[in-house]
Amino acid sequence: MTKRVVAAMSGGVDSSVAAARLVDQGYDVVGIHLALAKVKGHAGGKGCCTLDDARDARRVADRLGIPFYIWDVSEEFQREVIENFISEYSEGRTPNPCVRCNEKIKFQAVLERSLALGFDAVATGHYAQIIDTANGPTLHRAIDDKKDQSYVLSVLTPEQLSHTILPLGNSVKPDIRKEAEERGLITAAKPDSHDICFIPDGDTAGFLHKKLGQDPGKIIDVETGEEIGEHDGVFEFTIGQRKGLHLEKPRDDRSRRFVVGTDSKTKTVMVGLPTMLRVDVVTATNLIWCGKAPESQFECTAQVRAHSQALKAKAFHKDGNLTVEFLEPLTGLAPGQTIALYDNTRVIGSGTVVTTTRS
Amino acid sequence: MTYLDHAATTPMLTESIAAMSTELAQVGNPSSLHSSGRRARKVVEESREIIAAALGARPIEVIFTGGGTEANNLAVKGLFWAAQQKDKNKKRVLVSAVEHHAVLDPVMWLGEHEGAEIEILPVDNLGRVLPETLRKAFEKNPNDVALVTVMWANNEVGTVQPIAELVKIAHEYKTVFHSDAVQAVGCLEVHFQNTDLDAMTVSGHKVGGPQGIGALVVKRDIELTPLLHGGGQERDVRSGTLAAPSIAGFAAATTTAVSQSVSRAARLSSLRKDLVKRIQEQIPDVVLNGDPENRLPGNAHFSFKGCEGDALLMLLDAQGIECSTGSACSAGIPQPSHVLIAMGRDEITARASLRFSFGATSTPDDVDAVMQVLPAIVERAKRAGKPAVAK
Repeated sequence: MTKRVVAAMSGGVDSSVAAARLVDQGYDVVGIHLALAKVKGHAGGKGCCTLDDARDARRVADRLGIPFYIWDVSEEFQREVIENFISEYSEGRTPNPCVRCNEKIKFQAVLERSLALGFDAVATGHYAQIIDTANGPTLHRAIDDKKDQSYVLSVLTPEQLSHTILPLGNSVKPDIRKEAEERGLITAAKPDSHDICFIPDGDTAGFLHKKLGQDPGKIIDVETGEEIGEHDGVFEFTIGQRKGLHLEKPRDDRSRRFVVGTDSKTKTVMVGLPTMLRVDVVTATNLIWCGKAPESQFECTAQVRAHSQALKAKAFHKDGNLTVEFLEPLTGLAPGQTIALYDNTRVIGSGTVVTTTRS
Repeated sequence: MTYLDHAATTPMLTESIAAMSTELAQVGNPSSLHSSGRRARKVVEESREIIAAALGARPIEVIFTGGGTEANNLAVKGLFWAAQQKDKNKKRVLVSAVEHHAVLDPVMWLGEHEGAEIEILPVDNLGRVLPETLRKAFEKNPNDVALVTVMWANNEVGTVQPIAELVKIAHEYKTVFHSDAVQAVGCLEVHFQNTDLDAMTVSGHKVGGPQGIGALVVKRDIELTPLLHGGGQERDVRSGTLAAPSIAGFAAATTTAVSQSVSRAARLSSLRKDLVKRIQEQIPDVVLNGDPENRLPGNAHFSFKGCEGDALLMLLDAQGIECSTGSACSAGIPQPSHVLIAMGRDEITARASLRFSFGATSTPDDVDAVMQVLPAIVERAKRAGKPAVAK
């Protein structure tokens, strides 16, 4: 029987081409636009949940001749992504809302609903590859290094992967744009979205201030213990950050200082020299394996940001706790970030950073 | 394809297509003085007479508009402004809680921008505005009401309002009464003069005519402030070139629908009763919304416990059955219906609703087609439930 697939259509070029490819491949495709934000008539043209985007997605669905609906997941998105984002920041961690959205919304709420409604799979325009093996599906990097989004999908379980289709993983972005144009899709020339979709102006600090108010505290130089400035809220700062400190008193040697730590309880932001940002050992929880669970100790590469380089590391895990020892230099990692582990191009799994230490 | 969404729009009647097509091939602005203009004008005026006769109104009382929404806006704003011009104290607008957005939103707009005081008339659990509710609203201050607007029959749940009684009460307080009758024409007996209404909205595409044409029927002596200014057509109340082809199609559809309304109502009523009975038999926990007896004959509106209306709609659509969750939303994001909420339903029940609306082309086969797939679809939608996210 023909497989029935939900194509999640954001109104961007990638998910448009993904849906088009599924239609070509003979799937029975239904286009679904996820209404993530409650903002009514938001017309910024940025982000991924505007009315304009819904209209673009609908026009692509028209062109492809597939049914199209909007699913309102704004309540779930508000609770699981936005509120989580705010509370993580308020507790001094640095969350990745895209990872969270994939874990809780796209590949949980939406996938579960799709399966219950009789669909076989959900497809998205993410750049990553799912490769079936005798031991089940495995998640791999896309062939396009620059676009690779396997990091934000590193929270998918084998069960979720077995109901997921990623039609773009074997393509490079310029080809996708060209293909969209050749197919006459109106989204062909749309710019990529980079910002957090619920903060379309990119002003994360401003967004957090609106939600969390002013919560002033001290900026301390960790070497001298000296108070060298004030801030309006610890949540404005993340480890490795340099901008926004507004330090009046320069160091004697005029060297740059970075945020090297924050403490939401004492409302303190610690600054120091870049050497203090080095991280050798990371612990993490919330472990998710994208395939068979690995041995308790293994070598891998580890990636801590969506587009940072994966670094050689040794990983140990026991009872849902992960320890990663980096064999290559890593700087600036904050609790709350996702650490994804790779075996060459294959995603082994991921965890949420709890502590970072320098040996 | 099983089309059961006649409350959204209807297939055009052959009489209407014929009348409109003939006119589409002609040239002539009804306002022009030469012979082409006169010919077009004749078509418009004859159409006006036909529509007036079908609705129990005088031709001069028919003001053509670009559809039901415009007619409702013209009535609500036009009557409010005209009342204000005569007496600044007339600032209260009494509006039923279950109006279509084309009435509710202009009323709210008057409240936000023009200093109107909005008084929502609550409905009972069947969706009716009880006469004593209206009287009570008037008694708060018998002298400050600018207008009352209550629809003839509800587009979502089908409940028919006691219009004649309500009009009588409004007139006791010397206040004008408007009713949105777009769903009623062609299904119920709609007689403008007999109900003594002051203004009434009708629409082309709800009765087998073309989309984009409608009319506000207004008593000759009622003052109305225009919304559109320009060429002064339609007694200076609605400027804009008269759309002769649409008007011709509108008239043909209205007269055909009204002349057949008694037999059609009987037929639709029997289809609807059959559907309701069979759904209640096979899906015991279903809730029928609206007045079970005094409703639009072709309207069957349900809440399916544990389901989401838009999931049901999608699954039915995939099986070639077209219906609706209520009134369509431009963004396509389902909101719980204000009508069901006003009737005292909770949000979950409101979101679980589905409307089947029969019309001229409906047959018993349509009921069979629904029943063939609906029970399994309801089961499936129940399993999907509301998208739940683990906490």
